[in-house]
Amino acid sequence: MRPESLLPVFVKRPLPSRAMVYLSPLLALTLTLLAGSVLFLTMSVPPLQAMYAFFIEPLSSVYGLTELAVKATPLVLIGVALALGFRAGVWNIGAEGQLIIGGLCGGAVALYFYEQEGFYILPLILLAGIIGGMLWAAIVAFLRTRFNANEILTSLMLSYVASLLINLMVHGPLKDPEGFNFPESRLFSESAMLPILFEGTRLHLGAVFALLVVAAGWLMLSRSLSGFQIKAMGSASAAAEHAGFSSNRIIWMTLLLGGGVAGLAGTIEVAGPIGQLLPTISPGYGFTAIIVAYVGRLHPLGSLLAGLLLALTYLGGETAQINLGLPVAVTGVFQGLLLFFLLACDVFIHYQLQWRRSGSSGEAA
Amino acid sequence: MFKKLAITAVLGSSLLVATAASAETKAGFVYVGPVGDHGWSYQHDQGRKAVEKALGVKTTYVENVSEGADAERVIRKLASSGNDIIFTTSFGYMNPTIKVAKRFPKVKFEHATGYKRAKNVSTYSARFYEGRAVIGTIAGKMTKSNIVGYIGSFPIPEVIRGIDAFTLAMRAVNPKAVVKVVWVNSWFDPGKEGDAAKALIDQGADIITQHTDSPAPLQVAEKRGVYAFGQASDMKAFAPKAQLTSIIDDWSHYYISRVKAVMDGSWKSTDTWGGFNAEMVKMAPISDAVPADVRKLALAKRDAIMDGSFHPFQGPIKNQKGELVVKAGEVLSDKVLSGLNWYVEGVEGTMPK
Repeated sequence: MRPESLLPVFVKRPLPSRAMVYLSPLLALTLTLLAGSVLFLTMSVPPLQAMYAFFIEPLSSVYGLTELAVKATPLVLIGVALALGFRAGVWNIGAEGQLIIGGLCGGAVALYFYEQEGFYILPLILLAGIIGGMLWAAIVAFLRTRFNANEILTSLMLSYVASLLINLMVHGPLKDPEGFNFPESRLFSESAMLPILFEGTRLHLGAVFALLVVAAGWLMLSRSLSGFQIKAMGSASAAAEHAGFSSNRIIWMTLLLGGGVAGLAGTIEVAGPIGQLLPTISPGYGFTAIIVAYVGRLHPLGSLLAGLLLALTYLGGETAQINLGLPVAVTGVFQGLLLFFLLACDVFIHYQLQWRRSGSSGEAA
Repeated sequence: MFKKLAITAVLGSSLLVATAASAETKAGFVYVGPVGDHGWSYQHDQGRKAVEKALGVKTTYVENVSEGADAERVIRKLASSGNDIIFTTSFGYMNPTIKVAKRFPKVKFEHATGYKRAKNVSTYSARFYEGRAVIGTIAGKMTKSNIVGYIGSFPIPEVIRGIDAFTLAMRAVNPKAVVKVVWVNSWFDPGKEGDAAKALIDQGADIITQHTDSPAPLQVAEKRGVYAFGQASDMKAFAPKAQLTSIIDDWSHYYISRVKAVMDGSWKSTDTWGGFNAEMVKMAPISDAVPADVRKLALAKRDAIMDGSFHPFQGPIKNQKGELVVKAGEVLSDKVLSGLNWYVEGVEGTMPK
């Protein structure tokens, strides 16, 4: 008997397993809890206490729930928009840059109306943010459709340009004149801030936008011709072209959508929880949203759940640090475990494990 | 059965925490980097440990907290979980600290390096530039190529003060020497910091100094056989040959005195800016590679700063264009220093705007 015949092999299922679609997240959760328990035991922290800190305590108060929504809002927004692009095979990796430019444009409008009142100010800020993000993504779309430049590279590189650009602006023209030369803008006026939904929390109108975008994304994908074209282009691009769908049109559409929504997310951050322009307005939401899109299986509703889950692991990580004194590295490893198992278990939807007998492998050879 | 046990265990432990909170003083700390950065956040964490040891109070910290929307949530979480005093140890926490402080009037807040105060918010910082004057003196005497590399984080007043104080002291002993600055736009990024050190050495620098938090530049200096200065903590372990000395941030005295003030009810909102005299800034032992006369000169500089006979920003000071901006006998005021945004003569390149 050859030793490798003892190892199981992955065999592609003839049809995706319906059961595993629902079972794989449960399997992933079980594996995470097991591996996490081992991790926490090695840190001499009782696993149950750690799991409680991670998953239950952040949700155990109304304030905690509102904070979860605040943290999840940008992730869900961008996750939905990226999922649409990824479905079409358009790899926009640079949502972070589009978020930053959106925030910068929205923030610049907010500062332009400094200490002014008016119902029109906030809509203008949001509009500027959306347009800013769209323009930043339009560069990528133009380079792709005109010169066939790989959008993975261009969108990623433009993210670095964006982060340097916002640095330049808050060190220069948008710097707070009374701020002792520190690289921060003025605090936005009341009329430039998103309204708070519940007094005493940070839950703002942006969370409602996120839900609307989830619904719109779902409708578009399942009910509209554009949605059908996106799916067709992603799964069989030759057939889609043959059917007369313009691939350039889909590239432009998905990138502008992604850029616009990411720009909106950036504006929501600066006009919501931050309230001013800073050199860094996002701890990498544009990149994390790629994980959100994939954990959510490139489905808008999935992105909503995945965004909430990722937000929960961040909040849980902080709770674990505060209550249990766990270092940030351990909470990071735990988040990594969870994501790894979630994505790895999805393999079982399309594949199954088989232990091949030595006889059959011999025959095949 | 097992589930029930677990629930009682969890409830029991949280009750314990709740009752303990009302009895004893608790202090919370928020760090911008990981405590393992061996620089800025590491030294604040040393201060936290000193508080625990000296006063026996319970402390909590959260590390690697980004300066955007997350900071407010973390500070608020610390405030609502029974901490009596909270130290927020990076400039970017200023507005979040002020916001949370409004909501928790009974909790005391201490914000490092900022300028906004409130009834329950103090600010504190250290005059690191005093240390820069000492290492600038050593650099001026030790450089052979007359080019010294300086790795900057962000062009904010605190960093500019360091560059200027260093350059003034260096040129006081060696008017031919110049400073080249590379900005890495980060407080802690070992990869970028190391690359910056390599680039500066390639441009002829034979001494590297830094205003970033990781020991990476020292490690590069050690490998390439040039000298360097440590930052925030004694980094000799990372570069036994290269490190000439290091400017050490020592927060322990301040932290102990502030927590003590909360315990005996004497805490008041203040603004502290201390240097050598307040023991907030210290020098690590000077390496044997430094000749005795240079060591003497450097220590004399420190002593002169301490007894007030010398100020790192005393005139005559010329700007980059060679114009006299501070006349002999005059000293730049704290007000100008706190917003400093121009280079002195001897710094090469233009400041990023």
